[in-house]
Amino acid sequence: MSKDKEYYFNKNDLKQFGNITEFQEQMGKDYFKWYGNVMAEGALTKREKALIALAVAHAIQCPYCIDAYSSDCLSQGSDEEQMMEAVHVAAAIKAGTTLVYGVQMMNHVKEKSM
Amino acid sequence: MAIHQKSKSLTSRGNELSSTFYQLEVLNGHEAIEAKFPRFDEKVGNLGFKPLIASGIEIFQINIGKLCNQTCSHCHVDAGPDRKEEQMSRTDLEKCLAIIAATPTINTVDITGGAPEMNANFRWFVEEVSKMGKKVINRCNLTIIVANHKYLDLPEFFAKHNVNVVSSLPYYSKNRTDAQRGDGVFEDSIKALQMLNAVGYGKEGTGLELDLVYNPTGAFLPGSQVSLEGQFKSQLKRRYDVEFNNLFCITNLPISRFLEYLLESNNYEEYMQQLVDAFNPTTVNGLMCRNTISVSWDGYLYDCDFNQMLDLKVDAENSRHLDDFDLESLNNRTIILNQHCYGCTAGAGSSCGGSIE
Ligand code: SF4
Ligand code: SF4
Repeated sequence: MSKDKEYYFNKNDLKQFGNITEFQEQMGKDYFKWYGNVMAEGALTKREKALIALAVAHAIQCPYCIDAYSSDCLSQGSDEEQMMEAVHVAAAIKAGTTLVYGVQMMNHVKEKSM
Repeated sequence: MAIHQKSKSLTSRGNELSSTFYQLEVLNGHEAIEAKFPRFDEKVGNLGFKPLIASGIEIFQINIGKLCNQTCSHCHVDAGPDRKEEQMSRTDLEKCLAIIAATPTINTVDITGGAPEMNANFRWFVEEVSKMGKKVINRCNLTIIVANHKYLDLPEFFAKHNVNVVSSLPYYSKNRTDAQRGDGVFEDSIKALQMLNAVGYGKEGTGLELDLVYNPTGAFLPGSQVSLEGQFKSQLKRRYDVEFNNLFCITNLPISRFLEYLLESNNYEEYMQQLVDAFNPTTVNGLMCRNTISVSWDGYLYDCDFNQMLDLKVDAENSRHLDDFDLESLNNRTIILNQHCYGCTAGAGSSCGGSIE
């Protein structure tokens, strides 16, 4: 087995992302076109979109996306403080969604308790 | 506030990258077998530019000296306070004037350095060029204006001669700016911008043009120029009441001190790959080397300031110095390309006037 295959999340795999068209050409092409349109300057700026992508990357804990959108955020003109705030937003929402289940737990406890 | 430089020039440190030969070796692979990236000239050749030919001379760019009050970590000129000797002489500046006067296609004289204002003949030269009615661009690092009382009247001087001031400001906050350009640079740059604004630069209706240059503060490519310009305008206005006309995004080319940074931070290969991957064929027609001639402090001729720093002189063998300036051979010269050129064709393209697209 080549060294490249010994690990999940090989950094080099990101460079080959474009090759997903190899197994399903049309869907792959459709995705990249749609992705390009989504990330283009629109009602939100490219910079704002890159910050959202960075936050999502942290929420889904995707190492590829974290590298890619950290670079993109820098390119689009965000600074370290803004990027860390975006990560805090992701973390706060994730923490909140865990905590909000506490209500379900409380309801259940109350239902089952005298 | 005094500027505190983080480093010295490659030359004064005796760094091997101060040799242009060594830089070209790094860019091309020390051995042919090591060459990792496709050859730029072949890439451009495949598009039909075989070779890439100049389209004439509209911009006469002069690097009038390597002396600078700053030692920015990305400087492609390897400029700094220690580069005292490399200054264009009055005699060579007179030769430039004669060429500019005799060449009607030249509409812009672009003065760069180092800090051009530190050349003893700078003001005289600007006065002479402006008398000819040509557009004068001065690439001013801003901090020079407040570096010494003798420079404090530069804003008035620029305004008097309607000089287009083009100045680097890598970010609208202190940390990023100072990390690239030296501690204290941001504060002094803002002071200088406010002084330029005070005489009318960057203000609507004055005709006094103040443009800013954004180059990334690390191993990444610049984003959209339009989008960054919007951010810079609103942030500089809100935070410091500073106004300017255009923001030019310039990609850092992998040469000189930026090459040193890439190698030392282990970013060289990834950065080159980014440039290669972002190659944009539609930028080739608009490459600045096609309508520019770049003159070094000692009078040699180059296709651009980057080729100058790699000592890649123009291909016109009979016209490689001010003394032998031959317009016809220069107009049709073949542009000398090398691997650093990938910096000019990445993404939206990059030139001294910002994005190409
Ligand atoms: S980048 Fe400009 S200001 Fe900085 S050291 Fe080089 S010439 Fe001087
Ligand atoms: S570095 Fe850029 S401007 Fe200079 S010759 Fe190469 S492509 Fe042209």
